[in-house]
Amino acid sequence: MSQINIKIDGQEYTTNEGEYILNAARANDIFIPAICYLTRCSPTLACRICLVEADGKQVYACNAKVKDGMEITVNTPNILKERKAIMEVYDVNHPLQCGVCDKSGECELQNYTLEIGVDSQSYSIPDTKRETTNWSSVLHYDAGLCIVCERCTTACKDMIGDAAIKTTKRGGAALDKGLKGAMPKDAYAMWNKLQKSVIAPSNGTEFTDCSDCGECAAVCPVGALVSRDFVYTSNAWDLKRVPATCAHCSSGCQIYYETRPASIENRDEKIFRVTNEWNYVSLCGAGRFGYDFENRVEGKDKIAFAKAIEAFNKAEVIHFNSTITNEEALMLQTLKEKKGVKLINREARAFQRFLNCYSKASGNSLYTTDFKEVMASDFVMSVGSSLRNDNPNARYAFNSVQKMNKGAGLYFHPVGDNLIPSFGKTIETFAHKVGHEEAALLMIIKLFADESKLPSSVKEQLDTDFVELLGGDTEKFDKAMVKMLKKKENFSLMIGEDLYFHEKAENLAKLIAVIEASSDVKVAMIPPKTNSLGVALICDLDNEASGYTIGYNESGDFRLSALGDGDLDIPAMNQQEGTLTNMHKRVTPTNAALEYNGYELNDIMGEILSAPKETIDWTAYLPTDRGFKAVEFDSLPNGYTNDGTENRGYLLDTTSTDVDEVTVDKFDDGKTLDGDIAYRCNPQRQFNDFSDKSHQIFEEFGLYASASKAESLGKRVIVEFDKGNLTLDVIVDERMEGDIVAVPDFKSAENIYELFGESRYKSVVIREV
Amino acid sequence: MGLEQFKNRNVGTQNYTKLDLPRSPVTGWCKFKQVVSRTLSGELFVGLGVTMRIMVQSLVGGQSHATLYPFEKLPISPRYRAIHEMLRLLESGHYRCIGCGLCEKICPADCITMDTAYDKNQRKEVTEYTINFGRCIFCGYCAEVCPELAIVHGNRIETASEQRASFSLFDDMLTPIDNLNLQQEYQGFGAVTPNADENIKKTPLAY
Repeated sequence: MSQINIKIDGQEYTTNEGEYILNAARANDIFIPAICYLTRCSPTLACRICLVEADGKQVYACNAKVKDGMEITVNTPNILKERKAIMEVYDVNHPLQCGVCDKSGECELQNYTLEIGVDSQSYSIPDTKRETTNWSSVLHYDAGLCIVCERCTTACKDMIGDAAIKTTKRGGAALDKGLKGAMPKDAYAMWNKLQKSVIAPSNGTEFTDCSDCGECAAVCPVGALVSRDFVYTSNAWDLKRVPATCAHCSSGCQIYYETRPASIENRDEKIFRVTNEWNYVSLCGAGRFGYDFENRVEGKDKIAFAKAIEAFNKAEVIHFNSTITNEEALMLQTLKEKKGVKLINREARAFQRFLNCYSKASGNSLYTTDFKEVMASDFVMSVGSSLRNDNPNARYAFNSVQKMNKGAGLYFHPVGDNLIPSFGKTIETFAHKVGHEEAALLMIIKLFADESKLPSSVKEQLDTDFVELLGGDTEKFDKAMVKMLKKKENFSLMIGEDLYFHEKAENLAKLIAVIEASSDVKVAMIPPKTNSLGVALICDLDNEASGYTIGYNESGDFRLSALGDGDLDIPAMNQQEGTLTNMHKRVTPTNAALEYNGYELNDIMGEILSAPKETIDWTAYLPTDRGFKAVEFDSLPNGYTNDGTENRGYLLDTTSTDVDEVTVDKFDDGKTLDGDIAYRCNPQRQFNDFSDKSHQIFEEFGLYASASKAESLGKRVIVEFDKGNLTLDVIVDERMEGDIVAVPDFKSAENIYELFGESRYKSVVIREV
Repeated sequence: MGLEQFKNRNVGTQNYTKLDLPRSPVTGWCKFKQVVSRTLSGELFVGLGVTMRIMVQSLVGGQSHATLYPFEKLPISPRYRAIHEMLRLLESGHYRCIGCGLCEKICPADCITMDTAYDKNQRKEVTEYTINFGRCIFCGYCAEVCPELAIVHGNRIETASEQRASFSLFDDMLTPIDNLNLQQEYQGFGAVTPNADENIKKTPLAY
């Protein structure tokens, strides 16, 4: 992208070509008022307040692009008149109840009314009765406060992809036609639209059918959309904002925990809500609503601690999961080096193995691209990930490519999903057979690779008709593909957990290396759980181990647990300081939102080996040969700059070396699973025990199935695996299609990984109870 | 005095007006003479006489100037800032407080706390309200900032109690519902001025 020069109010600035005037101004710290525009979404032109003069013409800063040498004036007398009229109109019939409103103090309507100096009202119209409703288990909509800026609908469509809400008719009184000439033009047009509309669920019912991410409530400039739990419980100014990193999945989104004393009776700090920098990052429902998983303890339990020391001294195995900071992972690795314990972490181990195979085949120390780049591409593919459930940010990226970049997409997954095709018109989905993941990658090679760069072992496998093998119609697909490839320049591929937990994981990793080496497709990988990438880089994990086991939030002979049910309490992620490595290959800091006065892993380390005073003193010692940097925790930033640059922690260093040509195995199309298949996959908003513990996450532990499959299964079933049985309630997931059923793994006590072993899919027998 | 003069710190160079006073005695003899003349001037007994007269008047004549507290109490200015009261709406009897939190925010002693909730009528309910009177400095900001004239300073100056907590909760401060007819409108800080109507600009929304 080339740089150009523009002039704003006579001052010279440099900006990127093709940028909107508003974004160019914001990046240079110039203030242009704007209500309806969201940085990563398409302009709505609802508020019209971002009016500026560019080269003598009035344009909307949010949808006019900068040109070289453009001269922009932010305020002219006419524009100021328009803005004032617009703000007056917004204030017409807006209830003067700032005193009880949740948004008061951080309300954009309040701010702009003051900023633009509305001190009198010139307009009026009879009000319409607008009812307050609850859209879902978390969303509360007060239509009376709504200014119909459409930020919620835009975010839901362009960022999230659910498109669960839309503008609908209000049934308000019509504007006086005489006003048309009498009041400023844009203000009239805005009012005309505003007076006709209100927001409602787009499925025609009273309730939204969505993933309950709450992003609509986050972007709402007024108090119209608030989470049901937060309504009227606290004022914005009472809350202390603690910058942190969400610990539910590998997205590692930047969040703020907002805390204040719980009540008059109980002066302990409590998290009241989670907010985010919604212009730059979108949260999922777990991140936004799954925050109260803290482990409250009375104090230091000396007896339990003594037992823990004893247990650690005789421990042979430590069993942990990926909900752990880099620092604590480093402590466990130190224990392994000094005391020879074995480290078991199933999801990180599978990912580590996959990464190692990939590094060996490609010469890259890590996958080469991150999800920000995926978001900027215009052709995106996904293999081996149930995009809707595995990782919200990967799903948002897939959606954003369709909506914002006029992109196209290919989605390969055995479990049918009816949400993904709704993201855009140029998406082809393949609900292929379980075991055909290699075919999906080979098909991508066939489509995009430069044949001269392919190793012979791959070249000879490309004669197969992959489209048909994967369950598509070749003729139709070829036709669609011509359309999809039009004007496309940046190609990206997202790889998910199915490939790490795969019999042929090594071969799949090689194929990915081949894709990268022979085509323009950039590959990003989705780490299976929160800090799987960090753990995979820091710890030297073992495959199998037996003996006296310490479970860290997992099963074991002696259990350290942040859930409050173990032998020794440890702090939960919202009570810890430390760093997490997210899927964007970024090491991000997280801070303690709530107090914890018990023991933590560092205390145990200090007792049996030696340890610095604080957990965060380990940050500087993270392994630099694996890409980490030797920097102190306190020097890590955690925020975004005005132009959207992520200024959080640091990026892992990646290295690249030359490698020999890879030889891949011959693909065997006969190795597929048949009969009833169970897929290890969590429902949306549910990732681990901690999200489950949160009171606003309602998704239950059960057998998720498509509507048709659920009907044939009955209400409650026994699922027979070769290593054990599970009795589960059948829950219908309207978004699922096909016969594969999903078994969640978020409850560590259920030992789901044990049942599934080294694969995400298992042939099972399902019987009704 | 202008600011420039105020900032002039060259003490002694200003134009002071000097009082025409006799010189202070310097020698021991002069000081002795001054003491003797003042002691024997008799002014002391004039003062003592006044005291005697008042004492006799109040003891015998019953003309006391002292207030016989606690049997007698002086009226208190409406602007006096005593223990807070929470007022009710006269029509419905519902408490006036809307739970906006402005008093909590403005309080310089940080002694006000409130709990609010979403009630079944879709309104903001004040579930509990408290003032820590150990920290309250009775500045009156809470009454001044209150948009509903809900929290005001009352005239309850007698705050001797075993525990301060006994008048610091919402119920303790709220006008008892059966005394609603006795509730006085507050005249102190933050109250509506007598000419408030003149200062308000009508909006066109009054159709």
